[in-house]
Amino acid sequence: MVDLIDQTPGIRPRPTLMRRLDATARLCFPAACTIVLMLLCLTPFGFADQAQLLPATAYACVWFWSLFRPGSMPPPVVFVIGVLLDLLGYLPLGVGVLGLLITHGIALRARRVLTRQGFVVVWLAFVGVAVGAAALTWALACALFFRLLAPGPAVFQAIITVAIYPAIAIVFIRAHRSVADPLQA
Amino acid sequence: MILRLSIPARQALAKLTLPVLIAASFGLMLLGKADTLLAERLRMALADSLAPIYVAISGPLHDLRSVAADATGLIDLRAENVRLRAENETLRRWQSIALALDAENQRLKANLHWLPDPTPSYVTARVVADAGGVYARAVLLSVGPGHGVTRGEIALDARGLVGRVTEVGARTARVLLITDLNSRIPVVLEGSRAHAIMVGTNGPRPRLMYWPEGVMPAEGERVVTSAEASAFPANLPIGTVHYSASNVPEVEPLAQLDRLEIVRIFDYGLHSQLDAEAAPDKGARSSAGGTPAAGAGRH
Repeated sequence: MVDLIDQTPGIRPRPTLMRRLDATARLCFPAACTIVLMLLCLTPFGFADQAQLLPATAYACVWFWSLFRPGSMPPPVVFVIGVLLDLLGYLPLGVGVLGLLITHGIALRARRVLTRQGFVVVWLAFVGVAVGAAALTWALACALFFRLLAPGPAVFQAIITVAIYPAIAIVFIRAHRSVADPLQA
Repeated sequence: MILRLSIPARQALAKLTLPVLIAASFGLMLLGKADTLLAERLRMALADSLAPIYVAISGPLHDLRSVAADATGLIDLRAENVRLRAENETLRRWQSIALALDAENQRLKANLHWLPDPTPSYVTARVVADAGGVYARAVLLSVGPGHGVTRGEIALDARGLVGRVTEVGARTARVLLITDLNSRIPVVLEGSRAHAIMVGTNGPRPRLMYWPEGVMPAEGERVVTSAEASAFPANLPIGTVHYSASNVPEVEPLAQLDRLEIVRIFDYGLHSQLDAEAAPDKGARSSAGGTPAAGAGRH
């Protein structure tokens, strides 16, 4: 993490213990935030189809942070979030992991172009990702459960994922420039 | 970073992480398929560790919901009062009929030297979270440490059948609902006494299948469990027959499956047989996960 601070030239204050802790906390913010949001999705609020929120949140978070701060969302962290998604979402093991890793890979490829664009373009790109993720999850779930599942929940999942992204992104864009920025430590 | 690597080596390694992890995710799928108990155990361990948080949150949430329900209840107090009075009248009539029938039933049973059914023991548990995800219908119950709940026990809410316990952790139990895709329940149509199978579809109403020829399930007919295959005791209320728009007989469950808050888990002493049969969810599972120990210290 000290490497990350020193990547840009300039005069900086001495990296004292507190400053390092601060930088680490800022670096860990995206992953921690994602996991806390995922756990929150499981709280019994009593909405219909609340189970759809969990994959939606995971995909939206991983997409956002892989795009705007990949240093804080490296592949191993995505892997761990994926395992959590599979366990908490009662999906066959590995399905969420694969979906999230592919999302991460797409975000890394597209970030040079997308980070320069406005919010709407990023969101539109995420529509494609969400539809692909829902389709992949559905296909793998069918294959691993050995039965044809109704495609309705997959369509609904794609819609929820697309719909939840702005709500998550508005908060994260603020966090991205403040609490999640290690350079401000 | 203790390991000092040259910058190109580090870059190459960073590029390799993603493909390696993607390959690992396929490995995870194979592992999950090869050892279904592993995922199940991990899930229950995770649920056990998260259950106290859910219990802590679900208390205030429940209060909040009841306050909201009270507030909306105040608005239509008069209409509700009128409705309840009318319902009370009907119920009073039914009560007198039920009492008369019960007395008659007791008398007939006494004449026949009828062996009474054993009274099942039960525990009451709070539903703390959804445990089904997108492609299954199940709920997680907080049963507290030292519970005697075992796999195959039957969950009912105040109105009717909810499902069966499929996984048990240290503090939690997972109940597969009757609406789940993997749920198959032998039922009896109360009017015609015909047997059928109730098949879950993940939708709100499970479907009826395999009823005998010559008998059609009638709209509004009550559906109860059948003791066939010894998975369930006979005559637990499930719901009523309802024909869907495409003319398929479905069962409208009595239990409020989308708003479950408290369920009772009954031990009818049937789960020892249940372990031998194929497990109700995910198809293949060994019987190592379930121990047919009798639940001690229940009410």
